Amino acid sequence: MASELINNTMRLRNLPHIWCPGCGNGILMRDVAQAITNLGLDRDKVVIVSGIGCSSRAAGYMNYNTLHTTHGRAIAFATGIKMAKPELTVIVITGDGDSSAIGGNHLIHAARRNIDLTVVVFNNNIYGMTGGQFSPTTPTGSFATTAPYGSIDRTFDLPTLAMGAGATYAARGSAYHVPQTTKLIQDGIAHKGFALIDCMAVCPTYYGRKNKKGDAVKMMTWQKDNVVLKAKADTMTPEELEGKAVIGCFRNEPNVPEYTAEYTKLIERLKKA
Amino acid sequence: MGKKVLMQGNEACVMGAIAAGMRFFAGYPITPSTEIAEISAQELPKVGGRFLQMEDEISGAAAAIGASVAGVKAMTATSGPGFSLKQEHIGYAAEAEIPVVVVDVQRVGPSTGLPTSPAQGDLMQARWGTHGDHPAIVISPATVKETYLEAVRCFNLAEKYRTPVIFLMDEMVGHLREGIEIPEADELEVIDRTVNKNLTDEQAYAIPEGKYAPEMAPFGEGMHYNISGLFHDETGFPRGTAQSYEKFMNRLLDKVEKNRADIEKWEEKFLDDAEIAVVSFGGAARSAEEAVIEARKQGIKAGLFRPITVWPFPEKALEELAKKVKRFLVVENNAGQMVIEVKAHAGNVPVDFLGRFNGSVVDPDEVLAKLKEEA
Amino acid sequence: MRNREEIRLVGSGGQGVILASVILAEAAILAGKNAAQSQSYGPEARGGACMAQAVISNGDLGFPKVRVPSFLMALTEQSLEKYGKNLPEDTIILVDSSLEIPDWLAARKYYQAPILQAAIEQVGKAQTANIVSVAVVNKILDLVPPEVLKEAVAARIPKGTEAANFKALEVGMNLL
Repeated sequence: MASELINNTMRLRNLPHIWCPGCGNGILMRDVAQAITNLGLDRDKVVIVSGIGCSSRAAGYMNYNTLHTTHGRAIAFATGIKMAKPELTVIVITGDGDSSAIGGNHLIHAARRNIDLTVVVFNNNIYGMTGGQFSPTTPTGSFATTAPYGSIDRTFDLPTLAMGAGATYAARGSAYHVPQTTKLIQDGIAHKGFALIDCMAVCPTYYGRKNKKGDAVKMMTWQKDNVVLKAKADTMTPEELEGKAVIGCFRNEPNVPEYTAEYTKLIERLKKA
Repeated sequence: MGKKVLMQGNEACVMGAIAAGMRFFAGYPITPSTEIAEISAQELPKVGGRFLQMEDEISGAAAAIGASVAGVKAMTATSGPGFSLKQEHIGYAAEAEIPVVVVDVQRVGPSTGLPTSPAQGDLMQARWGTHGDHPAIVISPATVKETYLEAVRCFNLAEKYRTPVIFLMDEMVGHLREGIEIPEADELEVIDRTVNKNLTDEQAYAIPEGKYAPEMAPFGEGMHYNISGLFHDETGFPRGTAQSYEKFMNRLLDKVEKNRADIEKWEEKFLDDAEIAVVSFGGAARSAEEAVIEARKQGIKAGLFRPITVWPFPEKALEELAKKVKRFLVVENNAGQMVIEVKAHAGNVPVDFLGRFNGSVVDPDEVLAKLKEEA
Repeated sequence: MRNREEIRLVGSGGQGVILASVILAEAAILAGKNAAQSQSYGPEARGGACMAQAVISNGDLGFPKVRVPSFLMALTEQSLEKYGKNLPEDTIILVDSSLEIPDWLAARKYYQAPILQAAIEQVGKAQTANIVSVAVVNKILDLVPPEVLKEAVAARIPKGTEAANFKALEVGMNLL
């Protein structure tokens, strides 16, 4: 029996999902649905846009206005939707490769504009759909099918990247920390401006297996034991934080002019002239 | 008709688009199409529309498609290199059945070419540029006035068949200023997409009997359906069989094939007793027409056949013409693209070719010399 | 005017010959004639020889570009050299008085007017030379009534520059 949340927010006919056993994406998709539900948003006015990759299959399962687009361009499509009808709540579900490699340009420019989109990254540190190639968030030294001797690439830290580009809301959550991550997504959706929530997923099939991280349970246990909430992390020394991951909200600036609202003002100004 | 004004081709494209109901433009600056973005930025907010300068060509196409999904008539515009970059999304719009108008003001290429001189080398790319099989509607105007009127038709066809329409302009027409009487609103036929509010979420891509395009409501109006670049059945999801996918693909292609009479458009001049038919389109047709007029003065029985809808190519009309004329002369500002299509439908009638692709427009004198040679 | 004028205006980038050609075409449209305007684009339009053209016809316009100029105005020696040579005898040529007259031009009929100098000295603004020039061209070719030319100028110049540009028109009309 599906839970009430699943009944109310998912296309049951399309379930079960295609993600591998132990994949973190299902938990994160549920977090997004829970966040929308907690906010009491009108389902008619919620749009989910996704790109291509494991993460982006989420759009097909979620019972809203859903647009499954091309690889890397979900944020650009979402920008068009939000600009055309600012009254819609537009949420982008994307992956680490989709959002920060092929789609990196759109990510930074949407952040720069401060357009009211919520970008939820299911970050599994690998290209899963194509079978385990390294992505911009694959830790240096990790193994992947295209890094058979260990990756020499340096990585993107997505919230830092987004903040550098001007994002007015940036946070990190994790698959294990369901209530905290749901709240971070919820706050990101409620935020009037560009919001990015980098969600640590787990990919036992490719990232885990290639890097001897153990099975899904072991990978989730790692998150349980090594993820530190930001409030706690703020009290810790760099040495104490070595090897840990920090989740929480890194920036929330609510009073920065939002792009579509500014354009609406421009239209009003021309009407008066 | 309103007052006659001097207007540039690129401006006529925007003003025609706005008259057709365009309320959204997203794009990236590139010569010789840049005025289309500039004038959109100036005019759209005045009519409550919205303009977005995107970070690149790809996102310009994506944002325009996104706006259309939300129910707003949308356009993007580019030239040469940018047209190459937009190709993936032309295929996406065709596959996902989203109306959008993509303008390509052609310049000479490949690559940066000779910026930004005229050419018509994107004719085949406009038909075959995106990967995979797909329907294509491509319209190419020859005058500023036609640019205005055909911009309206681009939107009408895009909305009616829920498919991308490519407006294949060229530098000669885009940067040309001519006198044009702006039509009054009631002189224009404007078509909006048909929306059936009674569809369930699972019927988003259901096709009414005898029709070719779906009728789902735009996002935000109460339906909760999925749009995807994946092959889909009537539900919008990829859960069919090989047979259902074949049915889907055939329907996509039939949008154009079964509606040629509605989509095709061409102009014929002096063809009644013509022995030589000059086939030309867009800016090159201005040179061709001038040469035909002069040839007539010199006693050469020449005429002009000018496709306005260049894709689908008006092949039946050309086949009929082939029964009457002794020769064809195809004149284009490229190394030979439309001539391929003419040869395919000319039967046993000889087809000659005159092309220019050095950055200058083919000259009427060259066309005339060729006509004299053949007469 | 003659039944059809194919006008070519050449100079260096920044002299405003494109706007001048637009104004001539606009004036012709306002006067009920047919007209088309175009220009050469590209790197050559930035500083090098710049070419703009207007085709004006009392009847149907036909081919919208200049095939054989019936009129050429050159504001620089470089552009005169590039576009002026080998024109037919009946092509009217106008050059700015600051230009050194090459032998081939001296051997035929041509007009000369101190357009650039008049813009600086009589109008007080070098950048109004193009407006001075449209008045001169209009006078030579008798294209449209002066008030129609003024209307076309008003339609195409930036707001706030009317005084200087109308003065330029007046100066141009009295240059020849």
